[in-house]
Amino acid sequence: MKLDVRRVGLGLAAPALAVVVALLLTSLILVAAGDPVVAVWQVLFKAPLPRQVVAIINEASVLYLSAVAVAIGFKMNLFNIGVDGQYRIASFMAAVFAGAHFLPGWLNIIVSLIVAMATGAIWAAIAGVLKVARGVSEVISTIMLNYIATYFVAYLLKGAAVKIEGSNATSTRILTEDSRVPGINLEGLLGTGREIYGLVFLSIAVGILFWFVLNKTRFGFDLRATGQSETAAVASGVNVKRMVVVSMVLSGAIAGLVGMPLLFGQDFAYGDTVQTGLGFAGISVALLGRNHPVGMAVSALVWGYLNQLSNGLQISAGVSDRLVLIIQGIIVLSVVIAYELVRRAGLRMEQRRVARELEARPAPVVEEVHP
Amino acid sequence: MATAVESAAAAAGAGEEPLAVQLKGITKRFPGVVANSDIALDVRKGTIHAIVGENGAGKSTLMKILYGVQPPDEGTITINGTQVELKSPTEAIRAGIGMVFQHFMLAENLTVLENVVLGAEKLHGIGDAARAKIREISTEYGLRVEPDVLVSEIGVGDRQRIEILKVLYRGAKILILDEPTAVLVPQEVNELFEHLRELKTEGLTVIFISHKLDEVLSVADDITVIRRGTTVAAVDPKDVTARQLAELMVGSELPSPQTEESTVTDEPRLTLDGIDLVGQASARKILDGIDLVIHAGEIVGIAGVEGNGQAELVEVVMGMRRPTSGRVLLGETDITEAGVREIREAGVGYIPEDRHRHGLLLEAPLWENMMLGHQTEPPNVKGPLIDARAAKADTARVVEQFDVRTPSILVTAGSLSGGNQQKLIVGREMSHAPRVLLAAHPTRGVDVGAQAAIWDLIKAARRDGMGVLLISADLEELVGLSDTIWVILRGRLSGEFDPNVVTREELGAAMTGATTGEEEQR
Ligand SMILES: Nc1ncnc2c1ncn2[C@@H]1O[C@H](COP(=O)(O)OP(=O)(O)OP(=O)(O)O)[C@@H](O)[C@H]1O
Ligand SMILES: [Mg+2]
Repeated sequence: MKLDVRRVGLGLAAPALAVVVALLLTSLILVAAGDPVVAVWQVLFKAPLPRQVVAIINEASVLYLSAVAVAIGFKMNLFNIGVDGQYRIASFMAAVFAGAHFLPGWLNIIVSLIVAMATGAIWAAIAGVLKVARGVSEVISTIMLNYIATYFVAYLLKGAAVKIEGSNATSTRILTEDSRVPGINLEGLLGTGREIYGLVFLSIAVGILFWFVLNKTRFGFDLRATGQSETAAVASGVNVKRMVVVSMVLSGAIAGLVGMPLLFGQDFAYGDTVQTGLGFAGISVALLGRNHPVGMAVSALVWGYLNQLSNGLQISAGVSDRLVLIIQGIIVLSVVIAYELVRRAGLRMEQRRVARELEARPAPVVEEVHP
Repeated sequence: MATAVESAAAAAGAGEEPLAVQLKGITKRFPGVVANSDIALDVRKGTIHAIVGENGAGKSTLMKILYGVQPPDEGTITINGTQVELKSPTEAIRAGIGMVFQHFMLAENLTVLENVVLGAEKLHGIGDAARAKIREISTEYGLRVEPDVLVSEIGVGDRQRIEILKVLYRGAKILILDEPTAVLVPQEVNELFEHLRELKTEGLTVIFISHKLDEVLSVADDITVIRRGTTVAAVDPKDVTARQLAELMVGSELPSPQTEESTVTDEPRLTLDGIDLVGQASARKILDGIDLVIHAGEIVGIAGVEGNGQAELVEVVMGMRRPTSGRVLLGETDITEAGVREIREAGVGYIPEDRHRHGLLLEAPLWENMMLGHQTEPPNVKGPLIDARAAKADTARVVEQFDVRTPSILVTAGSLSGGNQQKLIVGREMSHAPRVLLAAHPTRGVDVGAQAAIWDLIKAARRDGMGVLLISADLEELVGLSDTIWVILRGRLSGEFDPNVVTREELGAAMTGATTGEEEQR
C-alpha cells in the first residue's frame, strides 16, 4: 500500500498543534506570574548539550516502556494506572534476585529480566482477576495496588537492605561488574563520555513487538476488537474475561521492565532513592503518542527533552523547574482537543476534494415525475 | 400558480398553508462519496410523507441534515415557511422536529424512564411527573412502554417504541422515522400506522423511510424517491404500484420469495433439547422447554413478536448464554458448554439481529470487519498471524458480489449506510459456507433488489445442505423461505405451521396469543 502523505501530515499536525497551544498557554501563565517569558524559552529551546542528548535518550527509553505498558491497556479500554506500582515492585524483586548472583553474568541479567516481568505481571493480574471475578474497576484497584506496592517494597527493603559504608541510604546488594549491561559509548560521535543504556535495545524490541502483536496477530485483533466493542467481540468468539486478565498480565509484564535500564545501566541496585513516578509519566506519553508505537517513541523523546532542559531553568531564568510539569500537563490536555480539530479539518479537506472532482463530472439526470 | 414564489411564506400569503418542510438544493459529501446532491423535498403539513430509495441512496443522510445532526454543505432548510439553520438536534427539537434513528440511540445501562428524560429534564422533571407523562403517551398511542425496566434487558421492538415515545415526549410536531417498521411484526406495523394517522389528524407531520413498498403505499400521502443521492421523483401513491415504485428506485422488479421443492433431509444438523433459560432479574422463564430439530437442507422459521425469547434463543445456540437446563447438539456433538469461538469454528454462521452491537466494529475498516467472527479461519489467518492481503481480497470479492456500495474497503464500517452494512454481514457469514446458519432478520434494512439476492443465496445454500434457523419479523420472508414455521410466545414454541397453507391472519393470531390453546396445524 502506498504511503498517504496527506494522512501522515494530518497525523503529525495534531500533536504539533498541541505542543504549540501548550507553549502559548504556558507563556500566558508566565506573564501572569511576572516571570521572564523570553528567558524561559531561551533555556528550554537551547540545543541540548551532548551529555543532555544521551540523558534524553536514556530517559526516553525508560518512559517508552512505561508508555507501551499503559497503551496495551488503553487498546482494550482498560485504564492501568498501576504501572507505577508494578514497575517498582518488579524492579525491587529483580534487584534482589540479580544481587544474589545465583547465576553468572548474562544469564543472571536475562533471568532477572524475566523475574521483573513475572512480578509486574502478577501484580497487575490481581487487578485483572478482581475485575472479571468481582467487577472491581481496574482504575480503583490499580491505584490501591500502587499504595500497597509502595509500602510493601519499603518494608521488604528494610529486610533485604545492605548497609553501604559512609551513606545512610538503604539499598539492595550492588550488582557486580559482570551483571551490569554495558552502556553504548558514542564519544566519537557526540563528544561525551556519558553512555547510553545498553537496554535501549530492550525498549526498541518491546516497541516492535507491541506493533507486531497488535496489528499482525490474531491475538492482537481480538484485543483491539474487545477495545472497540465488547458486545461485538463476544459475538465474534472472544472470551472477554480471559482477554481482560491476559492484557493486564501483558501490561504488567512490560511495566515490570520499566526499571530495568536503570537497574542494569545506572543504579545497579534498588534503593530508597530510586526514581518514582515513571508509571504516571507513561500515561501522558501514551496519550500524546496516541498508543502508536512510533508516536509514543517521539513523545517519550519530547518528554525526556523537556525534563532535561528544565534543569537549567532555576539557574538561568530564575524559574522553578517544576514549570515543565505544567507544560507537560497542558500538552496532554491540548492533545485531546487538537486531535478533534485536526480530524474535522481533515474531513473538510476531503469534502472539498470530492466537490472539485465532482464538478469535473456531468451532473446526474433528474427526471421529475409529477402525477 | 406561484411562478415567482420567493418563499413559502409568500405562498401562505396567497391563502395556502406553508409547507411543513421544504428542502432546496441540499448537497452533502463524505470522503469519497456524495451522499446527497442537490436534493429538493416538499412536505405538506399534516401528511405522512414517505421517502424511498436503494441502500446508500442518501435517505438517512438527508434526514440527519433535517434533524441538525450534520450540516449540509449546500442548500436551505425551510420549516413552516421560515428558513432556518439547524446546527444541532437541540435546535431542531426547538423547531419542532424529532427523529427516530435507523440505529437506536439508547443508553444500555439506564432505564427507559432515564433514557426518555435524558436531555429533556426541564419538561417534566425526572421523577413521578415524567413517569406519569410517559405512561400517558404510552397508553394514548398504545406503545406499551414500561418506564422502569433497563434498556439492556429489552428487545429491538421495544427499543423502537421507546425511541418514538422519546420524540413525542419532547413535543415534536414533525416526526422523522428512519425505517421504523423494519423491526416490527405486521400487527405492530398496523398499530403504528394507526397511530401515525392519528398524529396526522392532530396536525402533526410524519416523514418516514421504508424499504417495504406495500406499507409505503398503504400509509403515505406523498412519496419522494431518491436515487444515488438525488431526488428523482415525487409521486402520488394512488398513481403507482409497488412494482412501479421499485422500478423508479432501482430499475428492478419487486422480488417475492418462492418456496421451492423441499430439500429437507433426515440428518439432524441442530438439535435443541428441552432448553430452559431463567432470567437474572426475575425468576420468569425467558425460554421454556424449547425442543427443536433443524435438518440438513431445512429452513426453520421462527415467528413471533419481538421480545418473546427469539434473541435469547439465538444467544443460547451461539454459546453467548448458558441455558439453565437442556442440551444443544450440533450434528452429534454436544455444544451446550462450548464457547462462541468453538461453535463458530464448528460451522455455525451468525447474522445478528442488532448489527451495531453484535455484528460490526464501527470504527474499524471494512476488511477487518470481514474477519470479525472468523478471525481464526482461512483466508483471514495463517497460523497465529493475520493474513491481511487475503482478508482484503476476500472483502473486495464480497463487496463486489453483494453490491456493497462503498468508495473503498478501507473506509470504516460506520460510514456505510445501514443496508450496506447488512449486506456486508450477510456476505461475510455466507462466505464461510456454514453448516448451520442462525439468521435473525437477514434482510432487515436492505432494499428490494438486495433482498432478492440474499433470499436466493440462502436457498442455494440450503440446497447444498445448510440448516437454517430463520428469525424474521417479515412474514413474507418467513413464509417464502421456511420449510416449517414455529411461533414463539413468551419463551415457548406455541405452535407449528406449514408455510404452504398458513395465512397471515393465522400466524398473526398465534403470535399475539389470540388463538385459544396451542392447536397444531397439520
Ligand atoms: N459518516 C459517514 N462517513 C462517510 N460516508 C458516509 C457517512 N454516512 C453516510 N455515508 C455514505 O453516504 C451514502 C448515503 O448513506 P445513507 O446512510 O444516507 O443511505 P440510506 O439511503 O439511508 O441507505 P440505507 O437504506 O441502506 O439505510 C452512503 O454511500 C454512505 O456510505
Ligand atoms: Mg439509512
